[in-house]
Amino acid sequence: MRKVWDLIGGVHPPENKHQSVQDSIGTLPLPEKLVIPLNQHIGAPPKLFVSIGDKVLKGQPLAEPKGMVSVGIHAPTSGLISDISDYPIPHPSGMAARCITLIPDGEDLGIEYRGIDNFHEQSPEILLEIIRSSGITGMGGAGFPTAVKLNPLQPISTLIINGTECEPFITADDMLMREYPEEIVEGIKIMSFTLGEPDEILIGIEDNKPEAYEALEPFLKDTNIKLVRFATRYPSGGEKQLIQILTGKEVPHGGLPANIGIVCQNIGTTYAVQRAVVHGEPLISRVTTVTGKACKTNRNYHTLIGTPISHLLTHNGFDQSKCSRLIMGGPMMGFTLENPDIPVIKTTNCILAPDETELPAPPPAQACIRCGMCAEACPASLLPQQLLWYAQSQNYEKLEAQNLFDCIECGACSYVCPSNIPLVQYYRASKGEMKKMAEEKVHADRARQRFEFQKSRKEKEEAAKTAKREARKKAAEQARAKTASEPTPATASSSSSTQASGTDDIIKAAMARAEAKKASPEEQQAKLERGVARATSHLETVQQRLKLLEKNAPEKQREQVLAAIEDAKVRLTDAQTKLGTTKTKPDEKSNAQTTALMEKIQASPKEALEKKIALLKARISTTEEKISATEDETIKSALQNGLEKQQTKLNDAEQQLAETSTEAKAPTLETTASEISDAASLAIAKAQAKAAAQADMSDEDKLRATIESLKSRLEKAQERLTAAESEGSDHIEALRSGADKLQAKLTSAKAELSEQTH
Amino acid sequence: MYDIIVQNPFSAALVALVSLSIIFGAILGYAAVKFKVEGDPIVEQLDKLLPQTQCGQCGYPGCKPYAQAIADGDAINKCPPGGQTTINAIADLLDVEAPTLDAEHGEESEVRTVAYIRENECIGCTKCIQACPVDAILGAAKLMHTVIASECTGCDLCVEPCPVDCIDMLPVEKGLSDWKWGLPPTVEEQILTINPKDIIASDHQQVEGNNSKDSDDSREKTA
Repeated sequence: MRKVWDLIGGVHPPENKHQSVQDSIGTLPLPEKLVIPLNQHIGAPPKLFVSIGDKVLKGQPLAEPKGMVSVGIHAPTSGLISDISDYPIPHPSGMAARCITLIPDGEDLGIEYRGIDNFHEQSPEILLEIIRSSGITGMGGAGFPTAVKLNPLQPISTLIINGTECEPFITADDMLMREYPEEIVEGIKIMSFTLGEPDEILIGIEDNKPEAYEALEPFLKDTNIKLVRFATRYPSGGEKQLIQILTGKEVPHGGLPANIGIVCQNIGTTYAVQRAVVHGEPLISRVTTVTGKACKTNRNYHTLIGTPISHLLTHNGFDQSKCSRLIMGGPMMGFTLENPDIPVIKTTNCILAPDETELPAPPPAQACIRCGMCAEACPASLLPQQLLWYAQSQNYEKLEAQNLFDCIECGACSYVCPSNIPLVQYYRASKGEMKKMAEEKVHADRARQRFEFQKSRKEKEEAAKTAKREARKKAAEQARAKTASEPTPATASSSSSTQASGTDDIIKAAMARAEAKKASPEEQQAKLERGVARATSHLETVQQRLKLLEKNAPEKQREQVLAAIEDAKVRLTDAQTKLGTTKTKPDEKSNAQTTALMEKIQASPKEALEKKIALLKARISTTEEKISATEDETIKSALQNGLEKQQTKLNDAEQQLAETSTEAKAPTLETTASEISDAASLAIAKAQAKAAAQADMSDEDKLRATIESLKSRLEKAQERLTAAESEGSDHIEALRSGADKLQAKLTSAKAELSEQTH
Repeated sequence: MYDIIVQNPFSAALVALVSLSIIFGAILGYAAVKFKVEGDPIVEQLDKLLPQTQCGQCGYPGCKPYAQAIADGDAINKCPPGGQTTINAIADLLDVEAPTLDAEHGEESEVRTVAYIRENECIGCTKCIQACPVDAILGAAKLMHTVIASECTGCDLCVEPCPVDCIDMLPVEKGLSDWKWGLPPTVEEQILTINPKDIIASDHQQVEGNNSKDSDDSREKTA
């Protein structure tokens, strides 16, 4: 006989297991509807792939696993998906979560299951994928995905199968072991295979289940699986406690059993793994105990996942008046259900409907008398009364120091407490609060990081800006010093004018630009050469395209290409002439450019416009010549187009010229305009004149002027609007609102004017 | 040697004390240089206790500046987002009496909120982006902005600059993952809720005592 270690602490609550083991595991008729919560496990919710109105068959997947720690869910029977919405789920909070509602059609038609005859021939990866997609989670308590547990990072030396079922009333695993020992042993073999055949495989059973022991024993004769029996004591079925009993090893604080080379699996899970691998059947039903004196029959059932608890209860003669409270799970660790319509899920091992004699309402808590019985009962070797003090005073630092997170919430301390203090409730509340605080801390730390990063970023930006400003200031000073030492005609003339420094700077900048252009004739030449090369290559590609198209292209495309060729040719000649002039006499060219620039600057706008007009006229004549020279229709039309454009430009320029000449004649500008020697000072002078005129004007005149300008703006806006309307543009709304706004402004200005005149 | 000491006890004592003070002074001086602590650790500790909303409700531009101000002697009850918990923690750290929250700087709110931009109303002015202390708003000029909810500290600073008032502070929805067990009722609370007949004599007295105390209080209030 194998040595077993002793459980630390523990209690002996009345077992109450005999009621539900009188009958074999039964089956229930199909319920009217099944409600299947999407997330029945620890980890990410699976990805739904059915929608409302879909007809599904038994075993058909409803959702597939998403992410590493996730499993799928399957249709427990054939029927219609009638709803996918939030519905109360089995959770102590009584909160709702996403559920699939399935209305069974009663035919129970299933998809064809395909199992594996000899799992030894498959790779463990394939078996793990089958287990994962079959939706198998730990069926004892927390519901951790089994495939993840069977694929640990650490090497595993011991596989422990938990057949303890230490909580009172629950007999689901006991009955499973009695009725399906062969399947369970096969499931264990599959698990052992996926874990790489660990040295030791142990099944732990409490000595209050002799029938299960005897049922399993014959199937273990030719295997390395050992059946270990030990004394019944609650909570020997806790994972960490069972490991301690069977191996004497302790799971480290904050660690997992895998850290010490152990994996622990539940009996129900082994059965589900066997069904999934050998028969190809996904996890769509589980064994659930229905017990308690408020039910006439106490029995275990193969229950479809999603069956409402009320359905189970009505088939067992449930009497609401007798029931003290409805519990999911056992009396020690289960939780009270407010709503009997919530569904059975993959971890629901027991529905307990006790009467007052079995589970009386807890008497009022009294003050702690420091008897120390809780410390004796604690299986995790904690100090429950110290934890109670600190939980009551919300001293979370001390709770941490007293290792509150090692508490398995088994309820042994509450069970033995002579003052009936709900100790576990205090621990659960404190744990929740501490977890929340830890999360907030993470959040706050991130906020601090981001805040500090932003601060440093802004400082850097500011520093860069000041540096730039400094540099610009320096450059301006240098330029000023330079121009002061060698005054140019432009500066001389402008300094003679009334406005000094502002225009000075602008002229200096223009001079500097001209200087820069002059300074680098080589660079310019290189640039022009590059331009020529580009133009040639462009021309070549276009010609190639033309050749390609000539054979089988539609007329339109060809025209386009021809136009493109013409364009490219023009560009090429342009670039070549430019290059030629630069090449022959770069200095002269740049000099000419500078003089041109100087002329441009010095010329009054009138002169500039005249020049422009002359230029445009020349261009028009060349284009006309070209038109007469070319024979190709398409090119001709394109050129004609260009000619029209040029003519409109010419008209514009002429108009402008007329305007400027009249402006120049205007009395207000006459005195200053004659002195103005460049465009920049002209603009300044204009603004100044305007300001002076406005200063001279009375308020009334000002308003009139604004009204005039508003009117012209409004007209323009309306023109644009009509144009947009005729084109059906997207911006009609914006334009219309703009015009409306202008109209409103205009009316308000008019009103003001009329007020002032009266 | 001995004779000299005996003959001049005063000078000997003086020499001994002076030499001792020189030795210890040298040790202390060396230690002050060698083990000098860079920065002000109390500011770091205070900053860790503050909630890092960077909301500026305390009157300082962020949590760190307020931590610095506390270290320089400012009041510790100016942080509404942290509430009484933070005040208690700071009082614990500084070993002072914990005052209640200064209402002048705002009230402690029970629910955490995050900013939410009504995106179809946003005109893309970037004002909120500039106001956000933790860069939790995403967007560019003339393009819609949106809040990264997981990074938002709920500081409110973006609400005021919005020219079209399209930012709401919405409470964070509580889901299953946020649920936690509540504390059970305390002994006193339980005694007050149950039928007085069901409790033993000593508790009975306590209940009556509590009741009389309550009625005393109420009488005082009405007076």
